[in-house]
Order: sequence, then structure tokens, then C-alpha cells
Amino acid sequence: MDINNTSRKEFLASLLTGGLVMAGCSTKQSPFEAGAEEGTKPSGEKVKLLSVDGDVIEVDKAFLKPVPQLPAVTNSEARKGIPGKKFVMVIDLSRCKNLRKCQAACNHMHHVHSDLNWLKVYPMNEGEHTAPYWQPTTCMHCDEPPCVKVCPVDATFKRQDGIVLIDSDRCIGCRFCMAACPYSIRVFNWEKPDTVSEALCGQPYDPETSLPQKKGTVGKCDFCPDMARKGELPHCVTACPNGTFFYGDLNEDSVTNGAETFRFSDLIKDKAGYQLMDDLGTKPSVYYLPPAARNFPFEKGLEIDKG
Amino acid sequence: MENSVTLNNEKNPGFNSAFASTKRKKGALTDEEIIKDLLPRKFGKQGIVWISILVLFCLVGAFAYFRQLKYGLIVTNMRDYASWGIYISNFVFFVAISLVGSLITAVLRLTGVHWSTPLTRIAEIIAVSAITFAALIIIVDMGRPERFYNLFLYGRLQSPIIWDVTVITTYFFISLLLLYIPLLPDMQILLASKEKSPFTKLYKFLGSFWKGTHMQFRISKKAINILCIAIVPVAFSIHTVTSWLFATTYRPGWDSTNFGPYFISGAFLVGAGAVSVAMYIFRKYYNLKNYITYEHFDKMGKVTVMLALLYMYFNVNEFLVPAFKMKKPEQGFLDSLFVGDFAPLFWAAILGGMIIPIIVLIFKKGRHPFPMFIVGIMIVVGAWFKRYLIVTPTLLHPFLPMHNVPASYKHYFPSWEEWAIAMGSLAGALLVVTIFARIFPIIPIQETLIEQHEKEHHK
Repeated sequence: MDINNTSRKEFLASLLTGGLVMAGCSTKQSPFEAGAEEGTKPSGEKVKLLSVDGDVIEVDKAFLKPVPQLPAVTNSEARKGIPGKKFVMVIDLSRCKNLRKCQAACNHMHHVHSDLNWLKVYPMNEGEHTAPYWQPTTCMHCDEPPCVKVCPVDATFKRQDGIVLIDSDRCIGCRFCMAACPYSIRVFNWEKPDTVSEALCGQPYDPETSLPQKKGTVGKCDFCPDMARKGELPHCVTACPNGTFFYGDLNEDSVTNGAETFRFSDLIKDKAGYQLMDDLGTKPSVYYLPPAARNFPFEKGLEIDKG
Repeated sequence: MENSVTLNNEKNPGFNSAFASTKRKKGALTDEEIIKDLLPRKFGKQGIVWISILVLFCLVGAFAYFRQLKYGLIVTNMRDYASWGIYISNFVFFVAISLVGSLITAVLRLTGVHWSTPLTRIAEIIAVSAITFAALIIIVDMGRPERFYNLFLYGRLQSPIIWDVTVITTYFFISLLLLYIPLLPDMQILLASKEKSPFTKLYKFLGSFWKGTHMQFRISKKAINILCIAIVPVAFSIHTVTSWLFATTYRPGWDSTNFGPYFISGAFLVGAGAVSVAMYIFRKYYNLKNYITYEHFDKMGKVTVMLALLYMYFNVNEFLVPAFKMKKPEQGFLDSLFVGDFAPLFWAAILGGMIIPIIVLIFKKGRHPFPMFIVGIMIVVGAWFKRYLIVTPTLLHPFLPMHNVPASYKHYFPSWEEWAIAMGSLAGALLVVTIFARIFPIIPIQETLIEQHEKEHHK
């Protein structure tokens, strides 16, 4: 914006509109640009606003322009993570009966097409004489993430709070990360995501919500850091009626499914928690509790399972 | 004739010596005859049909790629499990075949083998053309080709893709120089030739600075020697790094320390096969019977047998050792190759691409031009499918069950767009070789003259 050519009032107006979203002025588009442009004619209709100094000022409505919704955090902040945190998840396999409420909630909140579920529930059966069980599988947010290692452009990255995210604005769509992930949790937007509304499409990409998903880039479970910032639980955790998922902070040594809260180390010790394919050295942030003393018979889940 | 061909005769040792004895024993070719034989010539009827077919394939491929750009990779049949398909296997194939440039030009030259001289240019143009299309097909495979520049803006050194980009670029330029530098004396001959060529301007642009002085010959010889040494580690790198794109992952069938040598030996084999095919075709359609002789086929056949045996050795390592253990994650993968869905293709590639060629080529008659041509085709086709078998079955055997996805995600067969693009790229590579042979002599004239002279001298 050319400050010299605009009046002080107009400048203030634009400053204020921009100020509403100051926290997120990270993208190429400066929020200040949304303010008064040259040639805007006053409409005569005044709006009262509170200035930064605490004064009430009147501004012509014509000088107020809607600012696109910007990500809550900047790209560099989203790459850094939430300081002091180390997110973990515990999945209690004895509680899962393949209801897939977790999946539905995740798909709904992240606008994920049901062909490209970020969260999958597998029917597992290790051996000939072993018992089958349902295994909800999210991204493991590994501490030694094979996907991050192979990404040629730093589009997928590991944050200091343990979360692995994707920058869809940078991803070149080479799919090396998909080949590298031993858990096969990554999905690819083979076409323009049809679940994402036009309004959402226009918004700048936010790595913390993974929205909007973009054609030709990789997607995956993001551990809902946007919810964590708000002090809320990921969608899969809150959606599960059986309290299968526990989410929390390793540094605080506590995990919760919303209803129950456990000391993480005790829970893992008491229930013999383990990590998936930890022999590969990936150091997952997701822990499983073995399906001992199950709440539901395995067959219950077959009703919903479509393969 | 002599005056019209020679330029700066007194400064040109190659020319002087080659032209010094125009009186030959009966049966030996004169220099004029050699030059006349080796000059590039216009396409005949067959040539035009061949070019038209190639152009048609390229156009269909371009149309398919246009559709892919428009609708996204959804037009392919790749999905989340089979996330790489024939684009990647085609890429591996191109990288493999490009290695032949370094084998024929560098390895044989450095080891003092002279019979391969007439084959160097064929090998080098195959290398340049293949590596170009390897780079193109990788861009075709990208979901966001317009963000290619991110590799340079944000490239991170720990990713094997960055290593691949680096070594492939290096290999491309070294190969290009190895093609170009030996062309310089030939361009001088082309410019001096009485026959009118529509490419005179191009020759002048590319090679008019070459006067054929002692100094220039010395520099050129030195440069070629340096390039020949430099290209060997780079050639090993391109294919080792390409194998690491797979071997650095955990997947059954890829998680192998054998992958580097396995890929390199396979690459040398397919390259030798491709050169055999090219030798036969150029010999037949360019009338080069005096230059690409039975002896060349015989020697090339022996090299091919050795390479096929080497490749077989690494195949045994690659499949027998895991099959002996049958680790659980490997089991499904190996079963699908040995007795399952991929078994027909797998055994066809092993038999047709390795075992039958070995059997044919150990017999002297098997190393005659026509059998070599057929065997070469078998090796190349077998190698193409072998690359498919390296990429696809592994991806369809993940550690966790294939579940919670549409049924179509659990199988992979390329869509018509993928076939069209893959075939278009192969046609494109052949087109480059064909057009090159139209513009430049496919057998190095200057080097042939020198060798001819040396032969005379020894007699």
C-alpha cells in the first residue's frame, strides 16, 4: 500500500481491519492490502471501531474490506511446533469394535474423501492360532520419520513437539514419502479434492489444519495441532464412543480420552503398551495397548467393515 | 577428391596419415569410400514410415499427458498403495539403458579395447537420449510438475531424490561431451564433403572452430580421456542412487543391500542388448556391413553373455536368499512373483531376458547378426518388464493389510494414458537416435580412418 497517497483515516481503517487478523499475516498477501485502495468512494455509512489506543473511532464502511481467513499461525511457526510439548497418542485395542466414528469425524473435519481415509481400521490377525482384533491406525508421527528423511523439498517436516506435518504449498507430488512410510498411512490427492468447498479452496493453506487439500499433493493424519493449540482433543479422540484413543503430552506424562485421564507412563507400564513395528527404528509417537480382555467380540466389527 | 576433403592437411596428423596411402591392397577400402559410406544419408521410404510411426506415438503420448495435466494423476491407475507405476519403472529402464554409453565408450576404451570404436557413437547417443527421457518421465510422474523448481529452492541433501537429480544432470553433461568432442573432426569432414547437406549451418555452428591442428587433437584426446575416467564413477552413481530410491525404504523386495550391484549389472546387460539391436539395424539399413562386422557381433555377444551371467548372479542373490528365509513380510511378495499374479511376467523376464540369451550367445552361431538382434530385443523387452516387477509387486505388498480403500486400490494395471505416455517416451528416445543418425555419421569417420590406417601400417 502506498501510504503517502491515502489519508490518515483510511490508513487507520485498513490497519484496523488488518489488525483483526494480525496473528496470521504470514502469507504472500498482506492483510493491509485489504484496506482502502485508491479510488474507493466513501459510502457515507459509518462504522464504530476500537483503535489500538483504546479510542472509539468512526470509519466509513467503504474502507472496510473483508480479509481472507488466514491460518492461525505462520508457516514458520507451524514448522516449529508448540514449544515445550511432545504429543503422544495411546490406542487401547481392547476398546475398539470398528465403529469407525473416528474415521467419519476425521474425514468430516479434514474434508477427506472416504477413498482416502487418513485413519484406517485394520482387521489384524498375526498368526494361525491367534485371535483377530481391530486396529485403528493413524500417522505414527515417528521420532525418526522415514517420510521426512526422503522428502526432497522439506515439504513434510518433523516439529519439535513431535508432530509430522505436510506443507501442501511446497509438495511436488513425487510420492517418495508414500513409498518410504512402512505404515502406508499416506494418501495422495490423485484429483482435485471434491470434498473441499469453493470457499475453502480460496483460503491459504494451513499446515496445522492440513486445509485445503490440494490436487497432486500428499495428505495424512496431522494429529490435529490446531485443536491442541485451542486446548482441545483431536477429532478421532472425541468421536470415539468407546474411549479407544488417548491423546496427551509426554512432557506432562498424561493422556486423556476426554472422560478418563491417565498418567502415560503408568498406562503403558500397567497395560504393556507397545509401538507398531518399532523394530524398524522409526520410534513412533503412537502407542498401542494390547487387545487383552476385550470389551467387544471381534465379530461385532464385521457388520460395519466393507473391506 | 583428396584436395576437396582435406583441410589444413599439414596440420592434421589424423588426416595426413589416413590419406597418405590411398593406394590400398585389393579388397581394402579407400578413404574416399569410407567417407562416402559413412556420411549421413536421407531417409528412404522405410525411414519415413519409421519416423512417422514414432512421431505418432509421441503425439498420442503428448495428448495423454495433456489429459493428465488437466485432470491430475487420477487418469493413471496408480493409487495409494501402488503409488508408483510404469512411469517409475520406465524411468529406471531409461537410466539403466543409458549406462551403456559409459560401458562402450569409457570402460572398453580405458581397458584398451579397440574393436568397440565403431560402436561408441551408437552407444553414446543411446545414452544421451535415454537419460534425457529419464529426466522427462520423472517430471511426468510428479503430481505438481510446475513446482519442479522447489528442488533447487528447498532441496535437502539427505533425500536420495536430490542425489539422483545431481548425478543424472552430471551424467547427462558428461555423456553429451563424450558425444560432441569426437564429433568435431567428423564435422570437419562433413563440411568438406562434396555432397550437399541441409545441415551445413548446424555443422558450422557446432564445429567450425575445429581446424584439426595438432594442438586440437591433443586437447581433444586428453579431454576424452578425462571424461572417460570421470564418467565411470558417475555412471555407477546414477544407477546405484536410482536403486537407493527403493533400497532406502523398508519395503519387502526393496529393503536389500544387494540393490546397487543388482541394478548396475542389469543396466549394463540391457545396454548391451540395446546396442546389439542398434548395431543390427544400422548395419542393415545404413549399409554398414564393412564397418559393423561379424567380428563386432561376436565380441559384443561375448560381452553380453558375461553381463547376463553377472546379472543372473545378482538375481540369485536377490531372490534366493530371502526365499530361503521366507520372512513374513517378504512371503506374500515372493509368492506373488514365483507362483502368484506376477509369476508369468517374472519367469518370462528371467527366462527371456537372461537364461535364453545366455544359452543362445554361448554358441558361435548365436553371435551372428540376426540371432544377436533377436536376443537383444529379448533382453531389452525382458529388462523393461523386469523394472515393472521391481516397482509394482513391492508396493502391492505393504506391511499392514490393504484395507479401508476401494477395491481398485488393491490392484494395479496401467491406464491407457500411462501406456501412451510410457510408449511415447520410448518412441521419443528412438526418434532422437534416428534423427541424430540422419544429421551426423553414426560411425565415427575420423576414428575409422585412423584405425584403418593403423591396420594397414601393421601389415
